[in-house]
Amino acid sequence: MKSLAELQALRDCTLDKLNLRKDRKEGIRIVVGMATCGIAAGARPVLEALEREVKAQKLDNVMVMQTGCIGMCRLEPIVEVYEPGKEKITYVHMTADKVSKIVSEHIINGRPVAEYSVGTDKAQSVNDTVFYAKQKRVALRNCGVINPENIDEYIAFDGYQALAKALTEMSREDVIQTVKDSGLRGRGGGGFPTGMKWDFTYKAVGDKKYVCCNADEGDPGAFMDRSVLEGDPHAVIEAMAIAGYAVGADQGYIYIRAEYPIAVERLKIAIGQAREYGLLGKDIFGTGFNFDLDIRLGAGAFVCGEETALLTSIEGNRGEPRPRPPFPAVKGLWGKPTLLNNVETYANIAQIILNGADWFASMGTEKSKGTKVFALGGKINNTGLVEIPMGTTLREIIEEIGGGIPNGKKFKAAQTGGPSGGCIPASLIDTPIDYDSLMAIGSMMGSGGLIVMDEDNCMVDIAKFFLEFTVDESCGKCSPCRIGTKRLLEILTKITDGKGTMEDLDKLENLCYAIKSSALCGLGQTAPNPVLSTLRYFRDEYEAHVKDKKCPAHVCKALAQYKINPEKCKGCSLCARQCPVNAISGEIKSPFVIDQDKCIKCGACQSTCKFGAIDKE
Amino acid sequence: MSIATIPFKGTKEQEEKLREVIKKHTGENGAVIPVLHEAQDIYGYLPIEVQKIISEGLNVPLAEIYGIVTFYTQFSLYPKGEYEVSVCLGTACYVKGSGTIIEKIKERLGIDVGQCTADGKFSLNATRCIGACGLAPVMTVNDAVFGQVTPADLDDIFAKYQA
Repeated sequence: MKSLAELQALRDCTLDKLNLRKDRKEGIRIVVGMATCGIAAGARPVLEALEREVKAQKLDNVMVMQTGCIGMCRLEPIVEVYEPGKEKITYVHMTADKVSKIVSEHIINGRPVAEYSVGTDKAQSVNDTVFYAKQKRVALRNCGVINPENIDEYIAFDGYQALAKALTEMSREDVIQTVKDSGLRGRGGGGFPTGMKWDFTYKAVGDKKYVCCNADEGDPGAFMDRSVLEGDPHAVIEAMAIAGYAVGADQGYIYIRAEYPIAVERLKIAIGQAREYGLLGKDIFGTGFNFDLDIRLGAGAFVCGEETALLTSIEGNRGEPRPRPPFPAVKGLWGKPTLLNNVETYANIAQIILNGADWFASMGTEKSKGTKVFALGGKINNTGLVEIPMGTTLREIIEEIGGGIPNGKKFKAAQTGGPSGGCIPASLIDTPIDYDSLMAIGSMMGSGGLIVMDEDNCMVDIAKFFLEFTVDESCGKCSPCRIGTKRLLEILTKITDGKGTMEDLDKLENLCYAIKSSALCGLGQTAPNPVLSTLRYFRDEYEAHVKDKKCPAHVCKALAQYKINPEKCKGCSLCARQCPVNAISGEIKSPFVIDQDKCIKCGACQSTCKFGAIDKE
Repeated sequence: MSIATIPFKGTKEQEEKLREVIKKHTGENGAVIPVLHEAQDIYGYLPIEVQKIISEGLNVPLAEIYGIVTFYTQFSLYPKGEYEVSVCLGTACYVKGSGTIIEKIKERLGIDVGQCTADGKFSLNATRCIGACGLAPVMTVNDAVFGQVTPADLDDIFAKYQA
């Protein structure tokens, strides 16, 4: 690829060839969502059946393609049909069996099959659902639209135009100023202004500089970056090349979790294609600019999401963090100035360069510009991937986009920021989602996992869950994190076992603040957040565990009590025979009772009772 | 039977492959982790014998190699079962009950997390988020992913592999 004209020609040619043009006259395009969730739900046999059927019917004008994440995990596998001049139709919960009907009815006879589509009474597109109405897709613009394994399709959707523009029309300072003016902040969690980071690295003195991408998405419950890499890997590659030009680096590394094999594979394919087209390598667009990329696989260490630990791991060592300053922008990989951004941050860059800083800054709130991708999970109807303008309220996300809580349960809290974040209680459901509002209520944006919890979740148990995670993942380099989090977990376990005292609650809080102020890296400093935020908003639940020895959500096993409902009990004695500690007694044909002192809360009685007479309280 | 006593059964072919991998990465900055990944693909795990070959090949002290292997959870010092069962304990899966699923599997296989059954058939892992939160709770057996698993599904899932 030596010139912009060449890129344009390829773009036009691909639009025609692959039935991608919106105003085209003929040709049908069928796409199958083949990200991890789609494949897990069974998308591969659907894709194969479609390919077979289209071939058998000799439909030369129909293209069957794979694409990345369409976003609605709950409805996978998803197939979408694009016809000229019509709104696309989205088919959900697809199976290979449904394929022949769709091909014969819809593709051949032009009658969309309403019963298989996302619409309730008529066939419709996912774009018409409430789930999509409030979304604005910038980082996810190509996910679920293009085939991620074909660079031509990325180019057809203006791919690599931003790189061409930056290299041929903009100075390095212009690029940095544009990113600064856009107001883009780091999407990995911290929210540091991206343009400033670029500027620091640009100004740092060094004979060699590096550009790195943090794709070590370790927050449990977060899968935004995986979706971008699986659905649109070139967006990251293009942005890293732009960053390389801006800061003066000719080598980049993408550090990605080995747990994401599909994303790794697609990245490898994408890098290979970009090299083949001369979009990576030497003398890009004939400007004399050289840039190349390599992939480094993580090996399952949460701490490697921390920037200094990540760089240490790329260098081939145990991924332990080191104190900052010096910041990576000054002294990073192999001691050289290094720019490090995460996947979603990079995914915004090409759009900012193409559409301008003002366009990007027109979305979002005063201090948080643009959009943010969230992975919506937990107790919510529409689990999936959503991209919303900053400042959207939690209520809009949960009640409208998310479709509310399943089984008529009550919303209790949402957890953002993973093990470094906190809980947002139901009383704060109108909080706008942006960096500063979340920080103010003791949570954080984090990388974008948003886990919804209902009344059946115990908040003490959730805090304990996160601490178990941190204890496991603490790298052990500094003692506040290594020992402190373990002590926190011990106190929490004591409380959930019903052995806690009110004094323990104070101890817990003090220890949290001690760790926050003394741990070495960002992970240690934020590890107490799940405890602090649950203590702040759900102190009554902690007190119920301590004072009343009760778990209000009936989660903590040690505090549960099994009781026999005398009205339902038929006196069959089955439970008494099952009980491993002979805690149940009674006379045949009259209600039995459980001796609470003997009961070990194994639940065997409840699972054997045929009359549903045993309640857990 | 202690898992550590399983004797090393590496073949000549495996060793040749490993030496090729080492050669390919020699002189590269930060080569240890990529080599360990590929070595684990070859042998299935990273016993001390394999670490020694890497240490000599890359001229990196064995202590350092061992330090790296034990730091990262993806690297295993022990062989894995023929079927590697992993249950996701990420937040989304946890709030949807994956804790119960893993308990039931432990009971069923009679092993703890990180162990392998005596016949070498199944090993059990608790994994961090595999990013399929929309399908929570999720478990995997080798490369197959099972979503929205309930304790009642386990009979069917294991039946596929117990033949």
